[in-house]
Amino acid sequence: MARKAPDREIIPVVQRVRLQYAKRGPLKFSSHRDFQRAFERAVRRIGVPMAYSAGFNPHPKISYANAAPTGTASEAEYVEIGLASPVDPAKLLAALQQSMPRGLDMVDAVVARTPDFVERLEASIWEIALPGANADEVEQGVSLFLAADDIQVSRMTKNGLRTFDTRGAVLHLSVEGTQTTESGLVCVILRVVVRHLTPAVRPDDVLSGLSHVADLVFEVAPRITRIAQGPLAESGNAVSDPLGPDRHTVDHE
Amino acid sequence: MPVSSVFDQLESLLPHVQKPVQYVGGELNSVVKDWDSVSAHWVLMYPDAYEVGLPNQGVAILYEVLNEREDTLCERTYSVWTDLEKLMRRDGVPQFTVDAHRPVGAFDVFGLSFATELGYTNMLTAIDLAGIPLHAADRTLDHPFIVAGGHAAFNPEPIADFIDIAILGDGEEAVIALTEILVQWKSEGRPGGRDEFLIRLARTGGFYIPRFYEVEYLEDGRIRRVTPSHPEAPWRVSKHTVMDLDNWPYPKAPLVPMAETVHERASVEIFRGCTRGCRFCQAGMITRPVRERSIETVGKMVQNAVEVTGFEEVGLLSLSSADHSEIQGIAKDLADIYEGTHTSLSLPSTRVDAFNIDLANELTRNGRRSGLTFAPEGGSERIRAVINKMVTEEDLIRTVTAAYSAGWRQVKLYFMCGLPTETDEDVLQIAKLAKEVIRAGREVTGSRDIRCTVSIGGFVPKPHTPFQWAAQLDHETTDHRLHLLRDEIRQDRNYGKAIGYRYHDGKPGIVEGLLSRGDRRVGKVIETVWRNGARFDGWQEHFSFTNWMEAADAALADTAVDVAWFTTRERQHDEVLPWDHLDSGLDKEWLWEDWQDSLNEESVEDCRWTPCFDCGVCDQMSTSIQIGPTQGTVLPMPVLKKSLSVTHGS
Repeated sequence: MARKAPDREIIPVVQRVRLQYAKRGPLKFSSHRDFQRAFERAVRRIGVPMAYSAGFNPHPKISYANAAPTGTASEAEYVEIGLASPVDPAKLLAALQQSMPRGLDMVDAVVARTPDFVERLEASIWEIALPGANADEVEQGVSLFLAADDIQVSRMTKNGLRTFDTRGAVLHLSVEGTQTTESGLVCVILRVVVRHLTPAVRPDDVLSGLSHVADLVFEVAPRITRIAQGPLAESGNAVSDPLGPDRHTVDHE
Repeated sequence: MPVSSVFDQLESLLPHVQKPVQYVGGELNSVVKDWDSVSAHWVLMYPDAYEVGLPNQGVAILYEVLNEREDTLCERTYSVWTDLEKLMRRDGVPQFTVDAHRPVGAFDVFGLSFATELGYTNMLTAIDLAGIPLHAADRTLDHPFIVAGGHAAFNPEPIADFIDIAILGDGEEAVIALTEILVQWKSEGRPGGRDEFLIRLARTGGFYIPRFYEVEYLEDGRIRRVTPSHPEAPWRVSKHTVMDLDNWPYPKAPLVPMAETVHERASVEIFRGCTRGCRFCQAGMITRPVRERSIETVGKMVQNAVEVTGFEEVGLLSLSSADHSEIQGIAKDLADIYEGTHTSLSLPSTRVDAFNIDLANELTRNGRRSGLTFAPEGGSERIRAVINKMVTEEDLIRTVTAAYSAGWRQVKLYFMCGLPTETDEDVLQIAKLAKEVIRAGREVTGSRDIRCTVSIGGFVPKPHTPFQWAAQLDHETTDHRLHLLRDEIRQDRNYGKAIGYRYHDGKPGIVEGLLSRGDRRVGKVIETVWRNGARFDGWQEHFSFTNWMEAADAALADTAVDVAWFTTRERQHDEVLPWDHLDSGLDKEWLWEDWQDSLNEESVEDCRWTPCFDCGVCDQMSTSIQIGPTQGTVLPMPVLKKSLSVTHGS
């Protein structure tokens, strides 16, 4: 005798809210799935009127876009939620800021008023701190990297070792000076603008490319932060706010 | 002097290890206090990987109890996996806490909770990585006091060389008592060195200080006697028992991890102790008497857990959850409160009877009825009389058919192999039982879409149980019986495919047996095997039987004993057992009589519903059974309506 899924009232999505969050400090080591767990629990704690999928195991309607890799900090991650009744995004933001673990910090919330959000995430700006690196050597490496047409690198993926070009996706690469960490490590700071392509080129792939062309070895693990992601500016070395179109579209009442 | 974080050093290592999130802390409801604002610094460890350790209730409770004190801070540490251990050794990064990433060696007290003896090698890794001398005798005032607790602490003799203190029984009041003595001793300027603090603990009668006891052996290897070597150490050390659990509603703010863990749920303990009297069950023997939490407190704790954690599931924990005197009210009231929400409830430990199915049905109003688990433990009626698990084949069939008719598709049955007096035939009876389960299930449901899984592991005799004298079955015979059973199930044309079979081979059980009933001579085995690389012995992929046996051969070479002597040897009535000076409240003579009754296949009732049969605990410990019914109800907490929703179109 097969049981039917329990009869819960299926409430349609009446509002979508897009949220920007940051992954900071030690919690940069949380994975996308770790964030997902923390976010779903926060939403339950504060009683957000989530819309749920149907079936035996209903899931709250949450979509994630282009998450930064585990171990990478970010100032610009995005998530969209589907709601069963409308909320005030400012109140939602404040409640989530209270409820989320520190280090997974909610930054902004806007009501979704435009389609194709994910397509707007065309490129990312990354800041890479290289502890113990030599600024001059890195500067030379950057020149070699930019001068090349194609730089093949390999990375182990879920589907085995993949080899791909890392140069084509890089729109901008420069040395921005040096910084010193809490414990006194001096770091060379790189700024990289990477176009989102398939297969994705990650900031660590850019570093592999840099090591490869310039014969550089980064002995201490680099510290990487996504500064922003969104539509590419015409200059090719900046991005604009992907939530901008939602902010500036007015509801037609 | 403030103790600083090692995170900056750690940060460079974490990109190179698996699941780095397990080392970063920052869990919801975790606590970080200013080092210099308190006088007592505790670090607690569950000596296994974070994913196993984080959900541990013992650590979670004590973490909160200690952090509630103004004069105390408490942080947590877990076993680091071997990839990180290697890097930490290379770069000189010490064992650290996940809360503030402080070095473990800087704390006053380092407490470890042992649910299983297989965590002993992980303890040595942590002590060593912390820069603390492995042997208690080599420690100075610069080092923490190492405290062992948890069920394994009822025989801490195998780790006596490595720990300073063992605490038996419930930890809530014991950690407070220890802290108060510590704060006093520190405020006096730590007079008399480490020993003075330990003597003050020993004097209370509730803290076991292994180095204040001397063990003498007979020529044949047995223990002659264990005597206090310090005039103020008591002859016997007592376990701690918390009475009135309603006064201890912990955890109040359960930790919510970011990382995935083995139990993705909040847990509410509905009672402590069990007097079912299953003779193999150490937990049921050492946690007596039964102390229930009232239905009101259970209700408040469940609702609070849902509110403060956001977990989707709440487990109602105990050693046999359906035995709570008001479980029916608890289940119904909670099911009413959470009906139509996305919160589910579970009863992880249940017994074999139809009442259970009603409860399980009630608790799953919200969700999927996937699987139910029962533990008949023994395959034949005879062996179940030996172990005092009073379940008949009829009970089992009635229970599982009720489950299948209520829509449950899968039933899991737990058994043990190697029980005292067991024969091949007793084990083969399990196959017969499983086939009967499927036959009856198909009959009541009219469907072939039902399954039954038989899960079986080797029995390990434990201290403070009637089987503490029993011979453990050797791993060859265990494996032989497990294979016989596997073949018997698989060969069946009608039912074989509907019965799943999971078994654990007998070798890890022998090591567990050595550590469970070992004495101080086993300490050298643990140290040797650890030096030879043993880590994470509870994990199949890390456990090496050969490594353990070689270490035992080497470490026990100049003694009259060996692994078989500790495991497969039956003990006699007059033998001094290594844990005789540790008082669980159970009368040794009563245990012996129960052992004899067991051999005569005689059963014992549960003292909750029949007169006392003098196991000794209540008298010895001045405790008593605390059970309902209280006639109360689960009162729904007033829900503070969140002001997130807005009215539209106004």
